[in-house]
Amino acid sequence: MIVRGSETVIVQGITGRQGTFWAERMGEYGTKIIGGVNPKKAGTIHIGLPVWGSAVDAAAETQVDATVLFIPPLGVKAAALDAISAGIKKMVVMTEHVPVQDVMYFLAAAREANCQVIGPNTAGLVTVGESFVGFMPAFNPGIFKPGKVGVISRSGSLGTMVCLNLVQGGLGISTFIGIGGDPIIGTTTKDALVALDNDERTEAVAIVGEIGGGMEEEAAEYAKTMSKPIAAFIAGAASPPGKKMGHAGAIVMGNVGSYAGKKAALETAGVAVVPTPSGIPDVLKGLI
Amino acid sequence: MNFEEYAAKPLLKAEGIVVPAGELVRSADEATAVAQKIGACVVKAQVPTGKRGKAGGIALAASPDEACSEAARILGMQIGEHTVEKVLVEAQVPIASELYAAVLNDPVTKSPLVLFSPEGGMDIEEIAENHPEKLMRLPVDIRHGFDPAEVAANLPELGDVNQADLVALLEKLYSVYAANDAELLEINPLVLTTNGDLIALDCKFTLDDSGVKRQEELAEHGTPDKTTELEARSHAVNLKYIELEGNVGVLANGAGVTMTTMDAISHYGGAPANFLEIGGEAYRLSKEALEIVLANPNVKSLMVNFCGAFARCDVMAEGVVNAWKELEPDIPVFFTIHGTGDKEAIALVREGLGLEPYEFMDDAVRAAVEAAQ
Repeated sequence: MIVRGSETVIVQGITGRQGTFWAERMGEYGTKIIGGVNPKKAGTIHIGLPVWGSAVDAAAETQVDATVLFIPPLGVKAAALDAISAGIKKMVVMTEHVPVQDVMYFLAAAREANCQVIGPNTAGLVTVGESFVGFMPAFNPGIFKPGKVGVISRSGSLGTMVCLNLVQGGLGISTFIGIGGDPIIGTTTKDALVALDNDERTEAVAIVGEIGGGMEEEAAEYAKTMSKPIAAFIAGAASPPGKKMGHAGAIVMGNVGSYAGKKAALETAGVAVVPTPSGIPDVLKGLI
Repeated sequence: MNFEEYAAKPLLKAEGIVVPAGELVRSADEATAVAQKIGACVVKAQVPTGKRGKAGGIALAASPDEACSEAARILGMQIGEHTVEKVLVEAQVPIASELYAAVLNDPVTKSPLVLFSPEGGMDIEEIAENHPEKLMRLPVDIRHGFDPAEVAANLPELGDVNQADLVALLEKLYSVYAANDAELLEINPLVLTTNGDLIALDCKFTLDDSGVKRQEELAEHGTPDKTTELEARSHAVNLKYIELEGNVGVLANGAGVTMTTMDAISHYGGAPANFLEIGGEAYRLSKEALEIVLANPNVKSLMVNFCGAFARCDVMAEGVVNAWKELEPDIPVFFTIHGTGDKEAIALVREGLGLEPYEFMDDAVRAAVEAAQ
């Protein structure tokens, strides 16, 4: 999923500390932020933008293409269902620690309504030079210099580091898709890879994976069908098995989700897997 | 959060799934007393690991005397990294066959998955490999819940098991899963007795860590992860710290950057001393984090890697610089700083510590590894 600069975005939870801060940053960058939601502050104006009582109310009044949720964990399910009821087709869920049964619930509802979901526990999306949705440092030109590489990352901070490495290596970024660090998420590595394969501004892809789960393996199957060059870094080679490494999704159980398994699957698909992120630009430079 | 058998079985029982009569005890005398009440019994070590049987932590006892001697043998025993401090003494059950049943969160279908096999008593991986045709894997639409008719239509060949009884049991199992924010709820083995009853002989329950805040009462019965003193100290201030074997300390923001820093240390021939991330809302805690990293006496050099997105480098750097001046540690420290607030952060490190952050992580890590040797 990619959010373009022409698409309208609302912020659910806009009046909170983080919602306010990032709504301002997104607006400054060029994201078409048209307002926000807080059921207790319906009808008020916040940072110069209208506040609606629900996403349904917002969509009744104006065209809403996408929504971003800055909502506490236990409120996410209701907020997401509100956005889905509103007919919004793109949703970005920032929140970490949303109960997984709640996540599965609103993902099922989203699937039925053809609403694409990014996250939960994502840092968001950047369409470089047009818009960003979430809390990425898109406005830092040393990190998000325009270019031709699409980046997929489960982690916001590591994704930022890889974009930085690409820029340090003389390349630039087309689109950043942060998919989130939870075990169950709306957009998988493979889904993001399909989006970048179809994105005409993207000529090469960097996959930033992590140990745990089977998403990189699934993406490797799709990578076999692609002509755009791909480089990958998988974090967690030095992590002990059986321990959760910060992200709920980053845990190796038995052989499932291991570094070796992911590396082998990607290499079989012709993807170059590098030992540290600084290797990514070295691989891609000759291929664009 | 994992629940041991003695803490998981009451959840089944409360929903009407039959479990053997029994009690949790902490001494051989108590075990004897329970055996006197229930007769022939099984003495089962209660430790948070799955290898109890193979380790000799489960024993049959025909009499109270035997229960006493078996409990005395098992209590205090070492199983994996755990010392047995309590045993479950349960009535023996006349087993006709062993089955398998579970409900878990499935990342592939993004829904609850109901698993059932008439072949139980072994690991699910083994069942899936040896008897795939006998394993039902049925995704449930969590919005509509358990559908008895759909489950009945998908069951494998059941043999002597009564289908209606089994579907009713699976429905109860699903209710327990849904009501308790389970990540995994497993009965293995589920037994068919010679009388035709279904009884849960064992139970494994994992509570979704993100569900703990709305399951506080329940979570009190779970087994906290075994932690070192420093890990416990970090958890008390909501920091994710994991102690490792190496000597290069790691302080970074975000799980991804932290794991990557560890990988780079390992790639360049060193060994990380810890995982510690101060991402998310924890990014203001860099002073507390530094104190914890440095409290590990194995740490010979420190690698600080900040890549600010949500987390602000200036806030993190301020915490580290202040703590460094206060603690005056006698080890070298190496920085890379990029992202939100990086300019201010670099200035703080220059002015506060007289150090120049590295432009590239790889260079900083190489220096930190060399300094630790």
